[in-house]
Amino acid sequence: MQMIIASRLVDGRVVFMDAEAGWPASIDDGVVLDTEEETERLLVVAEKAVQNCEIVDPYPIEVVVENGERRPAEVREAIRAFGPSVRTDQLVESE
Amino acid sequence: MALIKNGELADDPFVFVDDDAALPPNGAVIVSLPLWQSSRDELLQRSEAIGLVLNSDQPPGLIGDGLQQLAVIALEFPAFRDGRAYSYARLLREQYDFRGELRAVGDVLLEQLHFMVRTGFDAFEIQSDDPLADFEVAAADFSVWYQPTADGRDTALELRRRQ
Amino acid sequence: MYRYDEFDAKLVGERVEQFRRQVERRLAGKLSEDQFKPLRLMNGLYMQLHAYMLRVNVPYGSLSAKQMRRFAHIARTYDKGFGHFTTRQNIQYNWINLEETPDLLRELADVEVTSIQSSGNCVRNISSDQYAGRAGEELADPRIYCELLRQYSVLHPEFSYLPRKFKIAVTGSPTDRAAVALHDIGLRMHRNDAGEMGFEVLVGGGQGRTPFIAHTIREWLAPEHVLSYVEAILRVYNMYGRRDNIHKARIKIIVNQMGIDKYRELVDEEWERIRDGALKLPQEEIDRIDAYFAPPVYETLEDLTTELDALREADTDFGRWMGSNVVAHKIDGYSIVNITLKAPGRIPGDITADDMDAVADLADRYSLGEIRVSHRQNLTLVDVQQQDLHTLWQELDALTLATPNLGKLTDIICCPGLDYCNLANARSIPVADDINQHFLDVDRLALVGDLTVNISGCMNACGHHHVGNIGILGVDKRGKEFFQLTLGGSSDEGASLGDRLGRGLPQDEVPGAIEAIVDRYLEVRADGERFLDAYRRVGIEPFKDAVYGATDKKAVA
Repeated sequence: MQMIIASRLVDGRVVFMDAEAGWPASIDDGVVLDTEEETERLLVVAEKAVQNCEIVDPYPIEVVVENGERRPAEVREAIRAFGPSVRTDQLVESE
Repeated sequence: MALIKNGELADDPFVFVDDDAALPPNGAVIVSLPLWQSSRDELLQRSEAIGLVLNSDQPPGLIGDGLQQLAVIALEFPAFRDGRAYSYARLLREQYDFRGELRAVGDVLLEQLHFMVRTGFDAFEIQSDDPLADFEVAAADFSVWYQPTADGRDTALELRRRQ
Repeated sequence: MYRYDEFDAKLVGERVEQFRRQVERRLAGKLSEDQFKPLRLMNGLYMQLHAYMLRVNVPYGSLSAKQMRRFAHIARTYDKGFGHFTTRQNIQYNWINLEETPDLLRELADVEVTSIQSSGNCVRNISSDQYAGRAGEELADPRIYCELLRQYSVLHPEFSYLPRKFKIAVTGSPTDRAAVALHDIGLRMHRNDAGEMGFEVLVGGGQGRTPFIAHTIREWLAPEHVLSYVEAILRVYNMYGRRDNIHKARIKIIVNQMGIDKYRELVDEEWERIRDGALKLPQEEIDRIDAYFAPPVYETLEDLTTELDALREADTDFGRWMGSNVVAHKIDGYSIVNITLKAPGRIPGDITADDMDAVADLADRYSLGEIRVSHRQNLTLVDVQQQDLHTLWQELDALTLATPNLGKLTDIICCPGLDYCNLANARSIPVADDINQHFLDVDRLALVGDLTVNISGCMNACGHHHVGNIGILGVDKRGKEFFQLTLGGSSDEGASLGDRLGRGLPQDEVPGAIEAIVDRYLEVRADGERFLDAYRRVGIEPFKDAVYGATDKKAVA
């Protein structure tokens, strides 16, 4: 299974494509794609978001679903989805 | 594509002649380096202006005799990241004392015009909806310069010494 | 410290406004990402795994308390409350918003700090020795020439689109704390046979995928020629450096491809033409910049070594810290104090906004308001009175900023790695943390002595693994993180590249391997020699054997 991941242009944050060609920040709100065709189709739509200066660098990632939880299959994409694997307790949102 | 020369919109009188084409009997022509090297004498005998275009892998040392007779030398930026022509421009102005038109052609971004002006370019082929306005903004990006070039501007050091 | 005059301030202000216009054009779609990328990189802004990352220059590692407080403010206002000091004496922020960046840069410009050319294919931050101007052994203060080179290279119209990045380092001490041999240009100040101070010029050093120790292009160069000679080196590189392959575009490639003699020939030919031109430095200009770095007015103080020795006896924790982190100052009664950002549980080089403010405060109260950043991702207070050492130590200890591990095994250089960086293959920070947790015993650290461990999460080597006494490189093997060890690297005046120890290890085997290496070192050590010297004497086999064992035949490469 796949999802489309990208970076939001204005703040660089990780976003996931949803079924309405929206770009929510949470992996839980993105759309999971079951076929190559769907992925290809959505990538074409994603290009429009690139042209519209919404996002940059959309690409497909493998995801697994375990106990209803979505998780990227690769470490790198999991780090993008959930944040650094280290010292997250130190992080404070900016004022 | 617009040509800005000396800070104004200009027409381009030069016609580019392909390497395998015959030189037209009249008119200002601009040629590649190989054609210049093979037909130098013929070109220099023309009554109208002649020009040369250099690719980014053709440093000005290859021009040889007749450089001062060139009315224009165009330096190509095949990709805006390819910065060789900035050095070529400075060498042409500062080592070879070239006084003709030094033109930037190819992938010329507005963001680079300021550096091009500083390194000795005085003509630019640019893509823009409002080329003159864009040129004026870009050329005025900075009013303080650290490095001496041949553009005649006072560097910060010179200004400091005068204080 | 250098202070901006009206010209510096104007230029930096114009740069901020230029970038503001560029951001507006990008957000309005008038610039594509491809066109915008080099522009934002030349302002230090990367697109990274989580958000934009901004790299801010700390010129030659020199920082005022006021600037450090601004760093804290930036961390709180524009980021998640912390920053990361890098191996080029810069600071990085990891959750930056593009639209807010021009305002951020304006706030930095107000305290004379920039991000100009901290990335991009141009001349980067000039780096140097964190003890500059203060070490007793120093021959000349490198900061003067760092500042001259900084101004020379900022917004250089000819060299902003080089084949690749360009890094310059300057040292003025016989002990090279600036790793000059690992830079594109290294400048080593020294006296020639006539006793004149000048530069040995080195060229073509670098790490990354193809590491090289720099070659000497010129044994001695008079200071008045430093800018014109650098210009000649840059011009030859700009014209002839490879642009066909991003991995073959650094100056080290072209220098080693054509040979240093040929490269020197091309440079000298160009230099002869320009050496007496506008870049020749008049003595008055050297003196003018020198004046900014004049030493502060020091009090006349007694050397307090005897008193301090007594204190060290009485308080072993203080004694350990004195022994590892405190270094002699050229002036009697003063000391140089190192603050490692490497306490157990800390991410190497990371510092919270609160700690930045605390260090700024300590700098104001104990060290004449100045802080240095070292390429080992640590901080230094360079003007601490000996009589203040004990109280300063107590304050640092309360902040967990007094770990006595400078130059020791847990003073790990560690890149951000896969937790933060787009380029990484593996996570480096958990490895550093693991090693730190295995070597909590500070007495053991002292016993092991000087031993540098450098960790990179990928071949780009931002963690300087090639020049660690122990180097650790994260690699991706069939989707899993593995770590290759090297031994015998060094970045100082006897620079050397590490030798590969054997097959890559999974993360959980790395601390054990380090322990085996350390144990073997302690076995073979002669006359208290440090690890690097023992390694150079006995070679790699005893260590290969210790890590992979005689029974593991496959591992012997």
